[in-house]
Amino acid sequence: MNQPVRVKTLKIDDRDVSGREDETILEIARQNGIFIPTLCNLQGLTPIGACRLCLVEIKGVSRLLPACVTRVEEGMEVYTQSERLQKYRRMVLELLFSERNHICSVCVVNGHCELQSMAQVLGMTHVSVPYRFPRLPVDASHERFVVDHNRCILCTRCVRVCDEIEGAHTWDVMGRGIDSRVITDLNQAWGESETCTSCGKCVNVCPTGALFEKGKPVSERLKKRQFLPYLTMMREERR
Amino acid sequence: MTPEELRKLAESQEEARPAPRHRIKICVAAGCLSAGSDRVRDALQNEVTRRGLENECEVQGVGCLGLCTMGPLMLVEPDGVMYQNVTESDAAAIVESLGKKPVEQLVCPSDMSFFTKQYKIVLENSGVIDPEKIEDYIARDGYTALARVLEDMSPQDVIDEITRSGLRGRGGAGYPTGLKWSTVAKAGGTRKFVICNADEGDPGAFMDRSVLESDPHRVLEGMAIAAYAVGASQGYLYVRAEYPLAVKRLRTAIRQAERLGLLGNNICGTTFSFHVDIRLGAGAFVCGEETALIASIEGKRGQPRPRPPYPAEYGLWGYPTLINNVETFANIAPIIRNGGDWFASIGTEKSKGTKVFALAGRVKNTGLIEVPMGITLREIIFDIGGGIPDGHRFKAVQTGGPSGGCIPEQYLDMPVDYESLAKVGSIMGSGGMIVMDETSCMVDVAKFFMDFCVSESCGKCVPCRVGTVQMYNILNRITSGEATMEDLALLEELCDMVKYTSLCGLGQTAPNPVLSTLQYFRDEYVAHIVDKQCPAGVCQMRQ
Repeated sequence: MNQPVRVKTLKIDDRDVSGREDETILEIARQNGIFIPTLCNLQGLTPIGACRLCLVEIKGVSRLLPACVTRVEEGMEVYTQSERLQKYRRMVLELLFSERNHICSVCVVNGHCELQSMAQVLGMTHVSVPYRFPRLPVDASHERFVVDHNRCILCTRCVRVCDEIEGAHTWDVMGRGIDSRVITDLNQAWGESETCTSCGKCVNVCPTGALFEKGKPVSERLKKRQFLPYLTMMREERR
Repeated sequence: MTPEELRKLAESQEEARPAPRHRIKICVAAGCLSAGSDRVRDALQNEVTRRGLENECEVQGVGCLGLCTMGPLMLVEPDGVMYQNVTESDAAAIVESLGKKPVEQLVCPSDMSFFTKQYKIVLENSGVIDPEKIEDYIARDGYTALARVLEDMSPQDVIDEITRSGLRGRGGAGYPTGLKWSTVAKAGGTRKFVICNADEGDPGAFMDRSVLESDPHRVLEGMAIAAYAVGASQGYLYVRAEYPLAVKRLRTAIRQAERLGLLGNNICGTTFSFHVDIRLGAGAFVCGEETALIASIEGKRGQPRPRPPYPAEYGLWGYPTLINNVETFANIAPIIRNGGDWFASIGTEKSKGTKVFALAGRVKNTGLIEVPMGITLREIIFDIGGGIPDGHRFKAVQTGGPSGGCIPEQYLDMPVDYESLAKVGSIMGSGGMIVMDETSCMVDVAKFFMDFCVSESCGKCVPCRVGTVQMYNILNRITSGEATMEDLALLEELCDMVKYTSLCGLGQTAPNPVLSTLQYFRDEYVAHIVDKQCPAGVCQMRQ
């Protein structure tokens, strides 16, 4: 059982760092105060490498790799801030802003939205692709929560937290491509969902205003996520 | 069944063969079937019965004869006459002519270069055997490779033979098959899987369908040999549900092979067991991507996941998994039978063997062809394909489907192999080959493939989900005369971004049709934008 833990040494942005072999580039970067932007990633949930913000360059590898799922390797030389990466990251954000109807001034999480703050941090000054302005529904049938598809970025944090942490698997994704949409149960109204435990974890992990709680002022709509690392840690200890 | 018995069965088939004096082989693969070949077959059978010639003449449904454009096709043996465009009303004349002068107006000249320039390994039994009869396959040396492998080859011997052959994955990327097999063989654990990827989805491509419909046992034999080599005991054939005939014939084939002890427990009386099950795809192109395919078999949403870990290490249900394409598996039995060196003697230095192409578009002879690697595009299009019909001029050939590119006239004499195609901005792909003449608008072609990618994107990663839509919208504006040169610059930026940031192969290659047409036909884009004109006269400009 007691297998020795192998430690790898590598360089991130020319800084010497080290990490366990089962750790990802993103984890090591964060431990060392190196910033790699992420949106779909959330500590405590299975990383899926979907938002592509955390792409990094690795010397000798022709492809760009997502830091959230790429394990560290001995002698790796990782670069996280090249001009090319920054351009791609801004374009990812521009595409996300153009995809649905993200209008910060009337959003319930204006001021504490991860998409919004990421745009500020990464210096996205404008959106160069045309907005699509799709017509999307809002489901307010749940007694406490609302899902507004206009603000969803399909990070699937809600799907993962509901499945992996709460164990209810109320959320999932239906449709494909640009028509993908998060759904509750078999595309039933959230209020009629039989599996939803109304725990609110999905609301708290949602990076944008797509999932929010009714009857609260905007200033109180901070997402509380302290429970996540705690729950996953306790679970791992019990195993 | 032991190898000994297999040999006996083959011999008895061989003896039984010359019984009827005439044999009419009519293609009942999807191409000819859609032209009514099943009705022709029934009409022929009725005619034979009516004349009381049942012992003289056998009417047999076979697999693809290749020249789909002239279907329904049929072959009369031993006269060796091929007929094209046969209808039910021709049945009487054909039966009447048996052993005499052929029916002149129906004869398809089999000495034309469409047939003589081909080299058949994968399709060697297509159009020769009845795909629903295992005895036919066995009579053509079927399952002897499997028997030999089990009798006197170790798994390592098999892998060495495949490595020596230089076979590369026929699904499109061209990964060395021997290397893939040895990776899975080396992966730890006792539970492993073999998957055959038959989720063929490129527009205009039907190679895998034809192999499965014409010679299903060949694929099963290849899978069984692979399973022995890597140490798997369970296999899955992932076939798209749009291929009902292929599925039906595979089901029949599996049942027949199990009955003869060539699949299932203790194959050929050895300790090796291998079971094959069919899984149907639900119409998603992305499920041809290996990790999405695995997710789909597991019953999950068909979405790719980042690699590594590769399926060879962490595949179906977390176990080491070998995934190969239909055509790759179809090459295995001949390699074992004839040796890796024989296979390596065909083709070019880095691309060995043959490749099956589905030749379509503006070319006289459309259909299914198999050619040695290294043949030039000119030979394929002008000799085998017979050139461009109606006096039109060749413009470009699209290979590799939505992941490939358009190759212009100046590269017609380039050899067809993995590296050369990649060098000119296209890919080998699974084998779709669409020929275009001057009446095709290249921007419109790019738009067609982008539209395909938009509707087939799974929606997991942002660049592919939104980027393809934005690219499609720009192409749409260009083809309707509403775009500016700034749009073109934006299109190029998006191409670059989607190519390098997408999660899986679908997104990474989605810009290829745009990039290659921009590289060779930029003037057409400019004509649409600046002059508001479509040089080919395809696009409707909004004034």
